[in-house]
Amino acid sequence: MSNLRITPLTEWHRENGAKLVPFAGFEMPVQYKGIIVEHKHTREKVGVFDISHMGEFLVSGEGAKDALNKIVTQNLDTLAPGKCRYGFLPDEEGGVLDDLIIYCLAEDSYMLVINGSREETDFNWIDCHLPESVNFENVSYETAKIDLQGPLALDVLESVFGREFKQLKYFNFGQAEFEGTQLLISRTGYTGELGYEFYVPSDKALALWEKLVAHEDVEPIGLGARDTLRLEMGYPLYGQDLDTDHNPREGGYSFVLADDAFTDVKEMLIPLKIDGRRSSRHGDKVFLDGKEVGVVTSGSFSPTLGFSIALAYVKADAAEADEFIVKGARADFKAMKSDLPFYKEGTARKKLD
Amino acid sequence: MIPQELLYAKSHEWLKVEGENGTIGITHFAQEQLGDLTFIELPSVGDVLEAGDEFGSIESVKAASEVYMPVACEVTEVNESLEDAPEKANDDPYGEGWLIKVKITGPTDDLLDAAAYQAVTEEDAH
Repeated sequence: MSNLRITPLTEWHRENGAKLVPFAGFEMPVQYKGIIVEHKHTREKVGVFDISHMGEFLVSGEGAKDALNKIVTQNLDTLAPGKCRYGFLPDEEGGVLDDLIIYCLAEDSYMLVINGSREETDFNWIDCHLPESVNFENVSYETAKIDLQGPLALDVLESVFGREFKQLKYFNFGQAEFEGTQLLISRTGYTGELGYEFYVPSDKALALWEKLVAHEDVEPIGLGARDTLRLEMGYPLYGQDLDTDHNPREGGYSFVLADDAFTDVKEMLIPLKIDGRRSSRHGDKVFLDGKEVGVVTSGSFSPTLGFSIALAYVKADAAEADEFIVKGARADFKAMKSDLPFYKEGTARKKLD
Repeated sequence: MIPQELLYAKSHEWLKVEGENGTIGITHFAQEQLGDLTFIELPSVGDVLEAGDEFGSIESVKAASEVYMPVACEVTEVNESLEDAPEKANDDPYGEGWLIKVKITGPTDDLLDAAAYQAVTEEDAH
């Protein structure tokens, strides 16, 4: 029962009315005041999220770039220091071991940000595939991660740190001083809104969190709203929408892959829209012309759009159809193929100058 | 938190008895367990149901659950405002968030009073 890891903020969550649930091996806040009100607050103002369950690895030393280039889908030859990039860690068959963001800290020096649920698998896999001469270190325990997300995130960031950040572009990062230590701050996120992610030494996490939540526009947001926010953008969640049974092209990421990579496409992850408030759920079967062609991987009522949305893996030859039937536990739904993002008004890429 | 004047089922529905007329809803405990409600399916006026029959379903962002008749009855009115505003059953489960009105046709002896229901919620909250 209590094999669950905690974050430097778990006690704060408990004291501030969060409902705590096990997630990725951690005890994490699923909601504070309610998923829908938290979701809407993030779309309208700013939310702060404890994402410390995610893992961070450091890879450095001569040959680090070449060694990593062989095992991830990101092309690190075009990733300069100060920039980060989303991609995948595939296994020998091309199945997705994890999705990850790689930060180029300096020449031959990288930080890999991976899913908490995959920490051990990823570490062992990468460790086996790096030469002895390259340093490889898991810094997840000493690193907390806090996300600040929402259209007013820049105002909050600048007021808390007392300096400008508008020069920081999407998928770029920099350093900032906080209580005598250096934090890494990237302009990235999982909500579709303008936002920043902080990588902070665990012993400074509570001080930073308290400073952020003290701002009048900021509310703490749980993983429940994080899930509905990311689904409105069509961002996949590892373990639901991505797994070792599917390669990154099947996961819908052709646009970040070389044309000749992962060409064996058996199924495709597609976005579905269902009229009405009733939602399909993970595991519901998808039918086309009376034949089962796939399964829903993520499904929810969309608080911003007011109808239900889903992601589903369907057989490749069914992926171009426009209309499916989803058989839910309580009803059948007509599901229309949609395009991503479901929610198109997100501020994530907003120009700030 | 648990109104004294109502009767309760172990499956977390409440019944308000006014002569042969009744009003049925879900309890505060039930809405809190489910979280933000996104959809409520209700029966039709005129449906005749036995105690324990499933009469609808309730979905939240993270969960879904059936609701069960606390008493044998005929449905006389459904709260149609929940179709577009299921959150009423979160905000005011014993008031504006009522689900259905019924004509009671069976005994209510098996239902719990507020104190007995309180004990059920304490057990279910583990």
